[in-house]
Amino acid sequence: MSPVSRGFHGRRREPDADAKRVPPGQYVTTDFPVLSAGPTPHTPLEKWTFAIRQGGATAKSWSWQEIRELPAEDVTADIHCVTKWTKLDTMWQAVSLDTLLAQVEHEARYVLAFCDGGYTTNLPLADVTGGQAWLAYGYDGSPLQPEHGGPARLLVPHLYFWKSAKWVRGLELLAADEPGFWERYGYHNYGDPWREQRYAGD
Amino acid sequence: MAGTAVRGRLTWQIATVAAVRPETASVRTIQFDIPHWGGHEAGQHVDIRLTADDGYVAERSYSIASAPGEPLELTVERLEDGEVSPYLTEELRAGDELEIRGPIGGYFVWDGGEAGPPLLLVAGGSGVVPFRSMLRHRARVGSTVPVRLLYSARSLPDVIYRAELDMPGDGADVVYTLTRQQPPGWAGHSGRVDGELLTEVAWPPGRGPLAYVCGPTAFVEIVAGELVSLGYPPDRVKTERYGGVAAP
Repeated sequence: MSPVSRGFHGRRREPDADAKRVPPGQYVTTDFPVLSAGPTPHTPLEKWTFAIRQGGATAKSWSWQEIRELPAEDVTADIHCVTKWTKLDTMWQAVSLDTLLAQVEHEARYVLAFCDGGYTTNLPLADVTGGQAWLAYGYDGSPLQPEHGGPARLLVPHLYFWKSAKWVRGLELLAADEPGFWERYGYHNYGDPWREQRYAGD
Repeated sequence: MAGTAVRGRLTWQIATVAAVRPETASVRTIQFDIPHWGGHEAGQHVDIRLTADDGYVAERSYSIASAPGEPLELTVERLEDGEVSPYLTEELRAGDELEIRGPIGGYFVWDGGEAGPPLLLVAGGSGVVPFRSMLRHRARVGSTVPVRLLYSARSLPDVIYRAELDMPGDGADVVYTLTRQQPPGWAGHSGRVDGELLTEVAWPPGRGPLAYVCGPTAFVEIVAGELVSLGYPPDRVKTERYGGVAAP
């Protein structure tokens, strides 16, 4: 039973319709905060690739141009950061990971996303297929800015946003789960905002 | 190897406010009494949860201001548009209860090693909070690791922990830059942290320094980028961004 915080009333700015879209412990922001563990990398587009790796080898790789020639979707999604902010109706231009993964033969059950700057994050394959996850390169009608993960980041809006890895450069296909960067530093392995899975053990 | 941070479930614990201390016109340090606090590392943060009498709940994260081994202290800056920070800085008083869980975060931490590469700490505004924990920790464990804190504040009255930072201890020094207003006769730095100031203040990359940068997003973007330009390897620059959120 939580004690009542004397004199605290809160603001409750969200209309009721929106309140149902806000997971427990989150508040709505109209801003787009930035969180990352290190400096923002700046990889030139001509050197940028997105690779799917398997068993230590590259199974398939796309140049920036090749990614841009794949069918893109306009995705509207609510995003939820583990640091408590939620942003409703964010709009992205993105390629479905289904499109990319369909070009590789595999029997993987997990993926580990890898990024410029050394960041990694792990996801079950079931969470990055079936129209639930994208490689996003546009935000709100403009190219995705570097501080928000540009040129391209993952977009996996049904999980806390650290799973939507910035500056992503590929996916490693894995038979067994392997914790990524924040997952090794005590954050939850799966990260479902609706079950408030912020930290290990939640 | 990572993983000193969180093991097992982090449960919400009832914390009683032991004392509230003003730091600046808009910043308060709150000391808590938590019966079963398991300790923390310098640089970690906690989540707090406030509950209104009708059950409405708000959660936020705050950096820990006290050193490992000291009672838990949080330093909170009041944001005009905030929902939680005005309550914490203006309403909360000794004897009040709220819920805390943590400590959280295993990356933006410093273990206080006796020997090691020099530390560069770069703070923007209330981004200085985790560095107070690190500096106090360094003094408590008698570390001789050289530390330099570069602290960007709007004006001298906006400097948090000033009395403490003016006496940082042997081998530690604090360099201020005041961005908006300087007192008459100010001999220190003025203006925002840029490449020129970092060239002057930051340890040369050849000494293998470890840098921590904490502050608002735009500040951290600039400082971290400039440190990489100076030759700091990106993996030697740890950042914590305050997001520049209007809400909390």
